[in-house]
Amino acid sequence: MYQWDFGILWSYRWLFLNGLGVTVGFTVVIVVLGLVFGLFGAFGSLSRFKPIRLLALTFIEAFRCTPILVQLIWFYYALPILAGVEMTPITASALALSLYGGSFYSEIIRGGIISIDKGQSEAGAALGMTPGQSMRRIVLPQAIKRMIPALMNQSIIQFKNTSLVSVLAVPDLVYQSQVAAHDSYRPLETYTAVAVAYAAILIPLTIIVRRGEKRLAVSE
Amino acid sequence: MSDTSKIEIRSLRKSFGSNEVLKNINLDVAKGGVVALIGPSGSGKSTLLRCINLLVVPDGGSVRVGDTRFAFGEGAKLPDVRTLAKFRATTGMVFQHFNLFPHMTTLQNVMEGPVTVRRMAKADAEKLARAQLAKVGLAEKADQYPATLSGGQKQRVAIARALAMEPDVMLFDEATSALDPELVGEVLNVIQQLASEGMTMVIVTHEIAFAREVADRLIFMRDGVVVEEGPARQVIDNPTEAATRAFLSHFHRTGALPPANATS
Repeated sequence: MYQWDFGILWSYRWLFLNGLGVTVGFTVVIVVLGLVFGLFGAFGSLSRFKPIRLLALTFIEAFRCTPILVQLIWFYYALPILAGVEMTPITASALALSLYGGSFYSEIIRGGIISIDKGQSEAGAALGMTPGQSMRRIVLPQAIKRMIPALMNQSIIQFKNTSLVSVLAVPDLVYQSQVAAHDSYRPLETYTAVAVAYAAILIPLTIIVRRGEKRLAVSE
Repeated sequence: MSDTSKIEIRSLRKSFGSNEVLKNINLDVAKGGVVALIGPSGSGKSTLLRCINLLVVPDGGSVRVGDTRFAFGEGAKLPDVRTLAKFRATTGMVFQHFNLFPHMTTLQNVMEGPVTVRRMAKADAEKLARAQLAKVGLAEKADQYPATLSGGQKQRVAIARALAMEPDVMLFDEATSALDPELVGEVLNVIQQLASEGMTMVIVTHEIAFAREVADRLIFMRDGVVVEEGPARQVIDNPTEAATRAFLSHFHRTGALPPANATS
């Protein structure tokens, strides 16, 4: 019978905290950047101009339909050879994860916008609004309300996806715990603790999201 | 007539795919005139109405409202979005399904046009909006959201919202078709009041008795063409075309308007 000893992890606490800091910071960066890419992708795919629509759809499908692990490795190893762009592991993984997340955010944002009844933008147009004004004043305020639960959900997935950056030696929580596991010869305790750490952050977040969904359902 | 007319439509054509919904339509509405457009569904009357404020862009012909004229068809350049927006700001439209903005209160709905489109100061827009709400008998509903209103109240707010732009022309697209029968009267009452104030209006409606009372001209459309046109009472009481007679036989053409309780 295996003898569990979690006490041994205490001596690696700074390593874990450090890793957790990188994981959380990384998540913030890729969620924000991802939303920016998502906005471009969504509005691009709704554009009146066909070349822009095609460009946006190519971006969305390229990143949505390939595995994130492959994208990470490709951005770090293949892009420098193809484009002559040398990137640090952190830049490469931030870019890959933001674009990957952005492709999903695009679809969420696009879906939110087209879910708003056409009569709403017609009413705006009939008042004399330009398409931009009716998007800002009429469609988006209603669409954002509908998007928020799905955007939160995707961001939670993004938080977990950051664990993959350890393959490029970015010192996130998973990478640091690999270090701790090798050093202590205690991989079972280490990875159990890491799993608990992810869950401890995400479970409260999911509860908040669920409450938010209920509140939105009431106000509709 | 075209010298004094407020709305002038010439040789208007519109197709959706291979379906030709408007075939060479001509229409004049005098200043202060009220024209009722009637006809079976699919006759093109709603499309014609939507061509007047260019919510639907015609394939050919011309549309003039006031001093602004647009020509369509070969060689004609499509107006850009700003020109279109400016043009639409001078016409008010009321929709079958109200299309109120659900994320705004009644007052905010009515203020939205003046604030966003006319760049009016908030305080002035609020004064104007409250006046318009009072006009349709809903002053006390200013702070409620549309979801809490009845269908008739929603449509009256939608009329107030359109009027807040102080338009020259009002377009009604089956404004009472989505209402419960007992709520139709309060909306018709508001429209009738507008007519008596001299507003130029084009009304797509199935309320034949109402059209007979309020409209001075009546146009009967079928399959994308104007079948019969004339003074409203004359066309309704003595239609000359067989198609008009057949259509009108489905309706009570005279009698009292539905009871109005515009104060509720």
